Amino acid sequence: MTAHALNENGNTSEDAAIILRDAAVQRGDRVIWQNGSFSIPYGSVTAIVGTNGAGKTTMMQAELGLIPLSHGTMSILGKPAGADNLHIGYVPQSYTSDIDSNLTAEQSVLLGLTGTKFGIHLITRQQRNKVREAMAFVGIEDKARYRLSELSGGLRQRVAIAQALVSDPKLLMLDEPLANLDLASQRATIQVLTKLNRELGMTIQVVAHDLNMLLPILTGAVYLLDGHPHYAAMDDVLDAKLLTHLYGTTVQVVTTPQGDMFVTPGLDERDKANLDTHKPSELAKMHHHCSSEMQDARNSQLSHPSGAAETSDFAADHESDSKDSTDNSIEQETDTHNSHSTQFNR
Amino acid sequence: MSSVSFSFDPQWLHVLSASFMTNAFVAGLCIAVAAGVMGYFTIARQSTFAAHALAHIGLPGATGAVLLGLPVSLGLGTFALGGALIIGALGKRASQREIATGTVLAFATGLGLFFARLSSSASQQMQSILFGSILTITTDQLIGFAIFDVVLLLLLSMIYRPLLFSSLDEQVAQAKGVPIGWMNIAFMAMMSGVITIAVPAVGTLLIFALVITPAATANIVTTTPFKAMLTASCSVWWPFGAAWCSQPCFPPLQALSS
Repeated sequence: MTAHALNENGNTSEDAAIILRDAAVQRGDRVIWQNGSFSIPYGSVTAIVGTNGAGKTTMMQAELGLIPLSHGTMSILGKPAGADNLHIGYVPQSYTSDIDSNLTAEQSVLLGLTGTKFGIHLITRQQRNKVREAMAFVGIEDKARYRLSELSGGLRQRVAIAQALVSDPKLLMLDEPLANLDLASQRATIQVLTKLNRELGMTIQVVAHDLNMLLPILTGAVYLLDGHPHYAAMDDVLDAKLLTHLYGTTVQVVTTPQGDMFVTPGLDERDKANLDTHKPSELAKMHHHCSSEMQDARNSQLSHPSGAAETSDFAADHESDSKDSTDNSIEQETDTHNSHSTQFNR
Repeated sequence: MSSVSFSFDPQWLHVLSASFMTNAFVAGLCIAVAAGVMGYFTIARQSTFAAHALAHIGLPGATGAVLLGLPVSLGLGTFALGGALIIGALGKRASQREIATGTVLAFATGLGLFFARLSSSASQQMQSILFGSILTITTDQLIGFAIFDVVLLLLLSMIYRPLLFSSLDEQVAQAKGVPIGWMNIAFMAMMSGVITIAVPAVGTLLIFALVITPAATANIVTTTPFKAMLTASCSVWWPFGAAWCSQPCFPPLQALSS
């Protein structure tokens, strides 16, 4: 596992960053999720999506080997889960509330490099440079002398990312990195992730609720649906029907001049929205998420345009007028979400 | 209180050079080093309540030892270590642990009083167990304190970084392979040692003033762990030093330290 060329396509599953084979996780008698079989290629940016309590954080903890699988196998970076954690950078969700430390940002990042070492060690110049490099990468080199308790949530999160980066991980895992951040901080975080992926080829996995901010860099998503984890490339995930089922509320994919985004209808419409708008036969299709079947589902949907749940054709829609494909209510939603909208460049 | 009168004692140098004063001074130094260093981690790990409870858990050990005719420090150390291992094994999450800690604390304090009432000698010792008496520290105890300090500092320097890492963010430390369960148990065990050496001098009720308050102050005025520990140790020690130098009012030592 020395020289992994960036494998954007992920054709060979043996060479994938994350491989699950019929994996399941239990807590007590309760099955969190099961039948997880997929492989995520190196160099990808993957979102883990699902409703609250679907087991997104559990998925990350299982990948880190912190929770044992009750069934199946899981291979991370070519080794069993938990065996190669020094090459995984992990940024948990707790950075904003839990950390009330008087450590400075620099000391905190340094712990990412030296925190696992027992015994007496002097900090070398090389280590200091490494820390400075990581902090510069996430844009907080001027905050080195500040204490963590003096920094805002967004800056603390970047400290946490720098701490994860400083040991040169091959895989970076972030749990809800955008939660509780304002728009500017969200954007800054996305920029850091984009740089990591594009410049260093780092494989990134993100637990997220709001995919819109992440859409420009996502290559795929693990979605936890009805107790099963699935992996699909981004084209297949950006499907109104799937998203509606996934989030348990009506979700529409709209194409705006800024790119694709998905929205939920206004509050007055939500009353009409069925929590699960699918027939059992349609659900069966979603669980078989092979791209061909997904393609079929999308084609059939395109041939019967409903207007309420519009699926866009990604290949040729950049010139299309958004007014044609969306009704007025969506248009309003689009306006209010304009500040959120992000480009989905292909 | 009306009978208390502060006046200059022309024999002050003579009193300071008395062996019990020197012992108190050195004991204060040993305790200051241990309490200052552990105080930093107590605050970093948000374990102040557990640390406070440990001293009270030691109380029935101390009074029980008097009842059985054993050394106070032995009973105290045994109970404090046992309590430390149990609290440590329960995990770091303070929110899950506080109810159990509080329950055990109340039970231990009651048990301690019960043991004290069972014999007149334990009842007499109660005052010194609760509030300590630094002026009665013996040279043998001092040697024990010094050995403990050396062991504590050695152990701490070996596990310093993983302990700090797990104090900062337990989840990340765990993901990176730090044995957080063992770190927690090691921390609590060291804490019980600090309590065992500090109780003869300041007692179970006032130990909080030595472990927590100086470290919390040091956290405000310094930014690196090392400086914080040093500052905390110095500020733990100054009441002892002050008491030593201002001997006419040495009985209100506890008032100074708290």
